[in-house]
Amino acid sequence: MIELLLVIGAAIFGVGVYGALSQQSFVMIMMGLELMLNSAVLVVVTFWWGTTGGNPAGQLLVIVILAVMAIEAAIGFALVTAVYRSRKADITEKLKRLRN
Amino acid sequence: MSPGPLSYFLIAAFGIGAVVSGWLVFRVDSMLRAAYWLMVSFVAVGSMLVVLSAEFLGLILILMMSGEMTIMAIFMIMFMMNPAGLNPMTMVHQNRTAIMAGVGSFALLALVGLLADFPVRPVVTGDPTVALGEELLGRSMLIFESAGVALLAVMIGAVALAAKRGRFGDAYEGSEEPDLEVNAGDRA
Repeated sequence: MIELLLVIGAAIFGVGVYGALSQQSFVMIMMGLELMLNSAVLVVVTFWWGTTGGNPAGQLLVIVILAVMAIEAAIGFALVTAVYRSRKADITEKLKRLRN
Repeated sequence: MSPGPLSYFLIAAFGIGAVVSGWLVFRVDSMLRAAYWLMVSFVAVGSMLVVLSAEFLGLILILMMSGEMTIMAIFMIMFMMNPAGLNPMTMVHQNRTAIMAGVGSFALLALVGLLADFPVRPVVTGDPTVALGEELLGRSMLIFESAGVALLAVMIGAVALAAKRGRFGDAYEGSEEPDLEVNAGDRA
């Protein structure tokens, strides 16, 4: 069972890596990052369930990952808003120049 | 507790659902649909967590991500072109490199998952949610509180970043839309 869960987690992570590297839109890149964190949640719960004997510290680590997900989303959306205001840009290709 | 055949079936079904819906996020034309496919992926993983006896975490994940994906859908409509997906859309770069990186990371991680020798100590009977509550409000309270303080700091930072009237004046002042063409002066 652990092996099956880890393979599923690896597949979700791989899809997330593809999305984060291939997409041009800022929000789509964030979706790739979210998928990678989704995989991390699954793998941590898998290890908590199968290898720790139910140690609650494993569940606590998931709470920390959920906090990281919320932080990533909030800062990401704020940055998207700030970049759109200053550069009218919604894709990475429009930010080739750092100056002006 | 050892998993029964039903648990295997549910894990496999939800797992396939999570991977396929995650893949569809980057295949659909509509960005709005992409946000909701991502939500489906999170719901599938949350359901897997419920099957793995982490009911609280699974339901928290589903609840939190439903809200986040709704906000993400609003952002799609606000900022992104073609939110309804009425036209075919391919907004990718370095596609081949990205595919190789995705497949490579999957192969590497799956290999580790299949070949590594992990200890087998399954969850003992009891209520994991009660154990988590006692952990959060007992030995690990500082970690829990630190996460709360970090979220508060992020809320303040996000508002400061996104505010129209910022520290240096109006956010739109001096803003310009960059073109995609390289200027002759820049090339020189």
